[in-house]
Amino acid sequence: MNNSQTPRISIRNVSKRFGEKVILQDVNLDIMPGTSTTVIGMSGTGKSVLIKCVLGLLRPDSGEIFVDGENWLELPEVEHLDRMKRVGMLFQGAALFDSLSVWENVSFALLERGASKAEARERAGEVLEWVGLPHIEDKMPAELSGGMSKRVGLARTICHKPDIVFLDEPTTGLDPIMSDVINRLIVRLHKGSGTTIMSITHDMKSAAMISDNIAMLCHGEMRRQITPDQLGSDQDPMLRQFIEGRAEGPINCSSWGKQIEEAVNR
Amino acid sequence: MIMLQKIGSITEALLIQLGLYATTLGQVSKRILSSPRYPRLILAQAEEVGVQSLPVVLLTALFTGMVLALQGYIVFHRFAAESMIGVVVSLSVVRELGPVLVGLMVAGRVGASFAAELGTMRVSEQIDALWTLSTDPMRYLIMPRVIAAILMMPLLVVVADFIGIYGGYAISVFMLDQNPTVYLEKTTQFMELKDFYSGLVKAGFFGMLIGVIGCSEGFNCKGGAEGVGRATTRAVVISCMSILVSDYFLTAWMFG
Repeated sequence: MNNSQTPRISIRNVSKRFGEKVILQDVNLDIMPGTSTTVIGMSGTGKSVLIKCVLGLLRPDSGEIFVDGENWLELPEVEHLDRMKRVGMLFQGAALFDSLSVWENVSFALLERGASKAEARERAGEVLEWVGLPHIEDKMPAELSGGMSKRVGLARTICHKPDIVFLDEPTTGLDPIMSDVINRLIVRLHKGSGTTIMSITHDMKSAAMISDNIAMLCHGEMRRQITPDQLGSDQDPMLRQFIEGRAEGPINCSSWGKQIEEAVNR
Repeated sequence: MIMLQKIGSITEALLIQLGLYATTLGQVSKRILSSPRYPRLILAQAEEVGVQSLPVVLLTALFTGMVLALQGYIVFHRFAAESMIGVVVSLSVVRELGPVLVGLMVAGRVGASFAAELGTMRVSEQIDALWTLSTDPMRYLIMPRVIAAILMMPLLVVVADFIGIYGGYAISVFMLDQNPTVYLEKTTQFMELKDFYSGLVKAGFFGMLIGVIGCSEGFNCKGGAEGVGRATTRAVVISCMSILVSDYFLTAWMFG
């Protein structure tokens, strides 16, 4: 199941609506083992919904999603949770648990799997050092800056050595230097351990740096799939408008994003 | 026609809400039967529900007992039956006021806190994060809170019963110059074991309502800080209303 010919993640004709609003429309995407794929697109175009569908946090209205050849959404809840042990997820706002210290956050998955406190703390220390934050184990999340929270979030994402890592806007809201730090850590993770990565972002610099493949989601449809080398040369008008950050162009940005955000919140 | 539509939509919303609470209760009950049961989290929540609620419960019970004795004296004095004050205070507190007032106090304090905590976790994606860390959010967050509320409410009511009766005793004996021996004798003479345990059954049921409603509202909250505020208000209002309504039916069932 897990050879390089079989996609690690296979998204097949996935559609999702919130009420009347179509968020995803027949989306197809294959992510091969050991590759890093980034989904780009405007805010509110359905990127986060797509990643949440893959993780089982949302259920698509139609279509199928296979991870290592298995449709996780059809599994009983207990088995689905068991499969989640292979996964790590970095949330946009880091989503650290307020009531737990940094080391308890980082080694949460290990503690839940029965690791001793000493083991878990030691591993948390190692991973925190890897993200460049040694000696902050006993701090609380409220004491951390945005960049530190994101790095602690990344440490939590990889602490239990997952096979697949999902990154939701890993650099959003960070200054350029901190964005670069996070991007370098992601590249180190990908190259160093061969972890399969699916990320979503609208930061083109980040997409170019961390990806083997880039897929553009536009108006809920998979518009284009390219490699980072093709970013400069691809002539798709929507992709060009997005890369160049122009307000004028074929992407109707006036109402789409707002409509989706309203629908999701409703 | 518009009136009928409104009635229809209100009924629909009510049924959806009841369905949500019933689903939460069902999910929690299913999870209690299997491990992990998180005893450490249950203990932490028991401290939050029980120990932290003690001051407000003690104060409420004390003054309820005191005011009952004062009111009782004014009425019974007209019939020269002041010795019956103890009976009225103890039976009122143990059968009715203890569980209901403690329920309302805990709903305000703990129900709100459950909804606000879980609501904040929902909007900041912490609940989604639990799932991605292969932890069942329902088992980790809701089950310990509901168990703690069910277990701690009867204990709080036992304390409230004693304090309420003592409040009545203190006013009767120290302020109204009643005979302490007669007061205590009458208190125990008319009280049956059923009066006591019916209050505890009610307390456990109210604890379940507070836990399930508070957690459901927070867990399913949407829409940022405003949504958390709405969930918290709804948790308190619906818990309090449910306690008062279910109190009638429980009383009718146990004493009818």
